Amino acid sequence: MLIAPYQHPLAFIAPLETELDPPATRATVPQSEARHETPAQPQPVALRLRNVEKRFGDNRVLRGIDLDLEAGQFLAIVGKSGCGKSTLLRLLTGLDTPTDGHIGFLDGDGREMTSNARIVFQEPRLLPWFDAADNVAVGLGPTTSKVVARQLAEAALGDVQLAEKAGEWPSKLSGGQRQRVSLARALVSRPGLLALDEPLGALDALTRISMQKLLSRVWRELGATAVLVTHDVAEAVHLADRVIVLEEGRITLDLPVPQPHPRRHGDPELAKLEGRLLAAILGEA
Amino acid sequence: MTTFETFAGTPKTAIQKRPVRLPSLSRDAVLPYLLPALLVVVWQVGSATGWISDRIMPSPTAVLRAFWETASSGALANDIAVSGARALAGLLVGGSIGFLLGLANGVSKLSEQLTDTTLQMLRTIPHLALIPLVILWFGIGEEAKLFLTSLGVLFPIYLNTYHGVRNVDRDLLEMGRIYGMSGWTLFRKVIFPGALPSIFVGLRYGLGIMWLTLIVSESIAASSGIGHMANNAREFMMTDVVVLALLIYAGLGKLADVVARALERRALAWNPVYQTQKEV
Repeated sequence: MLIAPYQHPLAFIAPLETELDPPATRATVPQSEARHETPAQPQPVALRLRNVEKRFGDNRVLRGIDLDLEAGQFLAIVGKSGCGKSTLLRLLTGLDTPTDGHIGFLDGDGREMTSNARIVFQEPRLLPWFDAADNVAVGLGPTTSKVVARQLAEAALGDVQLAEKAGEWPSKLSGGQRQRVSLARALVSRPGLLALDEPLGALDALTRISMQKLLSRVWRELGATAVLVTHDVAEAVHLADRVIVLEEGRITLDLPVPQPHPRRHGDPELAKLEGRLLAAILGEA
Repeated sequence: MTTFETFAGTPKTAIQKRPVRLPSLSRDAVLPYLLPALLVVVWQVGSATGWISDRIMPSPTAVLRAFWETASSGALANDIAVSGARALAGLLVGGSIGFLLGLANGVSKLSEQLTDTTLQMLRTIPHLALIPLVILWFGIGEEAKLFLTSLGVLFPIYLNTYHGVRNVDRDLLEMGRIYGMSGWTLFRKVIFPGALPSIFVGLRYGLGIMWLTLIVSESIAASSGIGHMANNAREFMMTDVVVLALLIYAGLGKLADVVARALERRALAWNPVYQTQKEV
């Protein structure tokens, strides 16, 4: 209700502003599902890749990738270093164009649209001269007015449970907190596609687990399509609806993970899938 | 940072609460000035006992007297104002040219190719070596001093701005572009703040050169200013005024540095280096 008078294009985020309950209670499922169903929610993007190739000189990094990803799905791409997974992510976010083949970003009616992906990098890449909230506001782009941007940014920080750190310099935050700010920066514009480039790779094991929980919840609340690149098979299985294994630029395994969200660490079914994936990745080595 | 407040203004109760920290704080305030104070004392004693001749070095009290005389006649304030205005004008002109060139060459490959080699060649010419030429061009008027000071300030600021812009974190630049920044926004939010620490190094270095150039050009040809005051005093063998002029230069130089540091601390408050550093 605070931002309603501005009639801002992002005014659909108004429900965020009216939630005055403390961050901890935001995690509860009913509330997130309520947000999931708001009609103003941005449309998740579906992806269609046909015979996608990427070459750098003579080096064929990706060869003949065919992939269909439903809107709202969580896809994890795993593979060894240098298998082309980060390149594939860059193509999916529209940061790079394929040498050959076609990538389609489809809206709800199956029409092609331009990618509105947001990316979370392995390093937080926060601007050290901006406080946490202003860093998050970067995710809104330069067209949003300052006051609105600050409000939306603080709300997004609340979503990652960092509301109280809004005015803090990045240098004063811990590694996990910085990565949460960077996640809030990606979320604040409510993108249709969330790209995660090993976002938890630099964190310690315990921070990693709590960040996985956070990522899973935030993704469900956002309702966006998500693509995660990781070399941690357990993480892929815990978060994703579907895991693909990439080997020398080709998809060698496409494994659905049917377990419902939210998932528990240590679920035996997930452990089985994890075993299969590991065997697929390491077996051919 | 808060040294002085604590030293002078803390009520006794507060001192008693923190008996361990106080000695180190006051020590920090006193230590930097210990050596200058000791020098003055030795100097005064030396002069009073006749160990240092008055013609070589006047006593501190003589310098103080000279200060009082020139200050009360208003000549000193006038000379300081004239010199200060010259220094500032040179800094402004040279600094902005250096800053703009540094930015342009840091951001644009074309601009760098066009001008960097030329600038690097010009930089190696000692700018004070241009004095004969400058006098031929401009005579001994204000233009000559402005030209020399600007030229002296230009290069350190150019080099450090250029270096700062070129060394802005590539990852942050990529992030900025991915998040839709371009042109002015990218400059304002990423490039300029990223280059600022380096620009400040250039500024402080430039300030030093600014005073140096001004002193030299004022002693060669001027009818006002501190340099003229010193040169004039030399002709009348007034060593006390000459020494006074030197001390004033030292004071002005320190003042400029203090202002630059304060600006730096304010502008770079985000930087962990400036969050813990004490004033030295």
